[in-house]
Amino acid sequence: MIPEIGHYALVLALSVAALQAAVPMIGARMGADNLIMLAKPLARAQFLLIATSFVTLIISFVLTDLTVSYVVANSNSALPLFYRISAVWGAHEGSLLLWVLILSAWTFALTLFDKPLPLKLNADIIGILGIISFGFLLFTLFTSNPFDRIIPPPQSGRDLNPLLQDFGLIVHPPMLYMGYVGFAVPFAFAVAGLLNNQINSAWAKWVRPWTLIAWAFLGLGIALGSWWAYYELGWGGWWFWDPVENASFMPWLLGTALIHSVVVTQKKAIFKHWTVLLAIVTFGLSLVGTFLVRSGVLTSVHAFATDPARGVFILMFLAIVIGGALLVFTFYKPDAAQEPHGSALSRESFLLTNSVLLSVATATVLLGTLYPLMIDALGLGKISVGAPYFNSVFIPLMAPLLILIGLGQRAFWTNDSFRRLSDAAKYPLLATIILALGTWGMIDDTSPLMALFGLVLALWVIFSTLAGQIRHYLSSKKLISSYLGQSISHIGFAITVIGITLVSSYGLEKHLRMSEGETTTFGGYEFRFAGASAISGPNYDGTEAIFLVHSENKFEARLAPQKRNYHSGGQTMTEAGISPGFTRDIYIALGEKINDSDWSVRLNIKPFVRLIWLGAILMAFGAIAALGFGNATRTSHQSQKSNQINTTTRI
Amino acid sequence: MRQLIPFSIFIILIIFFAIGLTKDPRLIPSPLVGEPLPVRQLDELRTAETKLLTSNLIGSSFILNVWASWCAACLEEHHLLMELATHDAIPIVGLNYKDMRQNALIWLDKNGDPYSQTWFDPTGEFGMELGVYGVPETFFVDSNGTIRHKHIGPLDRGNIAKAIDILNAEQNSSL
Amino acid sequence: MMHPMRKKRLQLICLGILGIGIALALILTAFEKNLMYFYSPSEIHAGDAPAKRPFRIGGMVVEGSVVRQAESLGVWFNLTDTANEQMVYFEGILPDLFREGQGIVAKGQMNKSGLFVASEVLAKHDENYMPPEVAEALENVQHNSKVD
Repeated sequence: MIPEIGHYALVLALSVAALQAAVPMIGARMGADNLIMLAKPLARAQFLLIATSFVTLIISFVLTDLTVSYVVANSNSALPLFYRISAVWGAHEGSLLLWVLILSAWTFALTLFDKPLPLKLNADIIGILGIISFGFLLFTLFTSNPFDRIIPPPQSGRDLNPLLQDFGLIVHPPMLYMGYVGFAVPFAFAVAGLLNNQINSAWAKWVRPWTLIAWAFLGLGIALGSWWAYYELGWGGWWFWDPVENASFMPWLLGTALIHSVVVTQKKAIFKHWTVLLAIVTFGLSLVGTFLVRSGVLTSVHAFATDPARGVFILMFLAIVIGGALLVFTFYKPDAAQEPHGSALSRESFLLTNSVLLSVATATVLLGTLYPLMIDALGLGKISVGAPYFNSVFIPLMAPLLILIGLGQRAFWTNDSFRRLSDAAKYPLLATIILALGTWGMIDDTSPLMALFGLVLALWVIFSTLAGQIRHYLSSKKLISSYLGQSISHIGFAITVIGITLVSSYGLEKHLRMSEGETTTFGGYEFRFAGASAISGPNYDGTEAIFLVHSENKFEARLAPQKRNYHSGGQTMTEAGISPGFTRDIYIALGEKINDSDWSVRLNIKPFVRLIWLGAILMAFGAIAALGFGNATRTSHQSQKSNQINTTTRI
Repeated sequence: MRQLIPFSIFIILIIFFAIGLTKDPRLIPSPLVGEPLPVRQLDELRTAETKLLTSNLIGSSFILNVWASWCAACLEEHHLLMELATHDAIPIVGLNYKDMRQNALIWLDKNGDPYSQTWFDPTGEFGMELGVYGVPETFFVDSNGTIRHKHIGPLDRGNIAKAIDILNAEQNSSL
Repeated sequence: MMHPMRKKRLQLICLGILGIGIALALILTAFEKNLMYFYSPSEIHAGDAPAKRPFRIGGMVVEGSVVRQAESLGVWFNLTDTANEQMVYFEGILPDLFREGQGIVAKGQMNKSGLFVASEVLAKHDENYMPPEVAEALENVQHNSKVD
């Protein structure tokens, strides 16, 4: 009975979505305010219906209702409660429902903060979100219904993929989808703005907070995914340029370009084309990512079980939504009233260069991800594009970006002079060079030049940001949240860069064969393989090995990497033993049992690997901080004013 | 006109995606479709004493499902086979492929046995003749013993229905 | 004297072209160095595979062909696409899903004596059935053997 409620709620949500897609937009075209007013209740009703549906699915999982085939495929009663709940979004059908739920939650949130928006613009925004929701609900109900019954029910359920039985994976998809789906909001703003010819400073101001929140979530989601891959896959890496990773990374990169470009549009009412295009394409890339992950056109380590019918559906949806938006964009003519561009040396020029660099970087990732698909489609053979491609293209593009961040945030709007800017830059530059050379020389006499290069760039960003922040504080006598947030994010980015630089320059890895009782020295540490014993968990058996790690007479860690065999599904999993630390991680993973006493073992030493994720958290935190409360009074004042202007134009 | 550029690039991308979808390797038709099922004598999985001719089912159409206890993806389709078996619409024959008898029997006890008979092919010799290169794989055989359709990878509801339709259609046209 | 607005626009366009040019150059050189083609054992036997460049090979691990070196992590095994076999050598940790009879992909290079020396062995890390390239390579063999 419970699954039927969920199914029914979903069908109702579909019809409400259809109304939400049609009624407010038609109302806006006819000038019928009573129809426009329906936007809010429809959007809220839709959220409630989808939430109901989602809750019933959770209940089915908690009760392990084996008459629901999605439950059978992904859960069983032996699974701990924790994982039974997270199993809801562990596979395609449920994660799609989560996708729709989050979309409706975003729409719901929008209805809470829609006061400053002109009525017609708001109607179109809600309408466009309704169209997206309608498409995905249709997709869920017709190709991927999680409420399908299975009669008669089997004796027991299968199991959640053991890879997914983990805390990181409970939080990772919701975070990621908050970001992915969140970019639907700027997308809807962009298309509605085009339709109403209202791309202007006020528009940019409204769209900016939504973009920042979505971007922050996506960044956290990606960082969580990377962290999860690091400790759960047992490969010792934190980023693999895998198509699925790229699918989430591309919207983030382009979203970064968007949050910078939108600032310029807000401040100067310029770059309108560019900002709108970025908003459309960023969401487009979210959809492309969904398509790539779920259609099976690309192979990846963590693709969903694939089905071409699903691929066809998402592709059609992608074509209609993004194709339609780009077509609207084609006919867009901005108002003549544009502030003139400033000089070539100005904050806006730096921001433009930044978003061009980020867009080019996104394009190279897209190309690398899709190249195998294109070559295959043209019948030219089967190829793969490996991590070296991405590294050798991406790093040279990030280097100028780091230099420009340091300069750009010090530059004045409209007009700046080379002399003034170099004056502002000289102390941070000096500090950077001294500190970078000092650290670099200290670490090792055979330090690679790449490490110095990365350190210089990152430290430059940090010092320049700090200098800018202090300067800003001294002149304004208070902390302005948008400026502070920007500084935090930039420093976060630099910290991630330092982490990446140190791990890739000084990280060590070794595969070796070890017998029980054997001791080996590696990277300045002594590893003793103390022994291996059998273990059993709630739904698996396996082996746990004990390693004792010493450095220079000091005990460092006792690590217990495991090899698990899951009962249902028969999968083998590697659980790495990790001794985390700020300055280094020691990472041991078991390979396989070679004979009675010997195992193949992977040893890793990862210096400062945690900085990568720490930086990512700071970046997201900065974005949220930028929304801030410090200047809330001023903002609401301004928006009231712009609201008045818009009301008058409407009348 | 400049503003048409993004749209044009997008269209090209969509075309590639569309071609990419048709390239799914699982959709490539098998060369064995339309050929008769090879006739061999195999052991029944449960008892080594019982020998079965692979032609013993000629006269009725059936589904030949290739599986193994070490194959993770077989579990994915297993509940569908169980469901299908309870409907009694069409017999399902298992071909246990490159497996150990003991493991296979434990697997069937644990997950349920949807097969009206199970052929045992520990060396994979018969599988090789069938052109099996992995499990699971499923053949749809008509009442003349001709393979009418082959599915690579785990089955789902949609493709079982489609395959049975193909089977029925071919059956009718050949009568 | 150029209109300042024009001049500005020209500068921007030049900057854009420069950026795209650099990016293109980067992409092309990176592609040139890092693309890996896929070859099946049959193609290697036919002499289609490059002798000096790394590439990927895929196939099923032949039953009973896995042999370990006594004291190290070295392992030999044969890969088959049902028509031909290719011997592969790998030193390192094999993935969890590496099994006899399972489809896998290996990255590496041919050595002079016709052994494929793998630098990386990949088996898919989820429950998916088989790397599509392997599936397709195997299909091709069946097609060809049909024609012969």
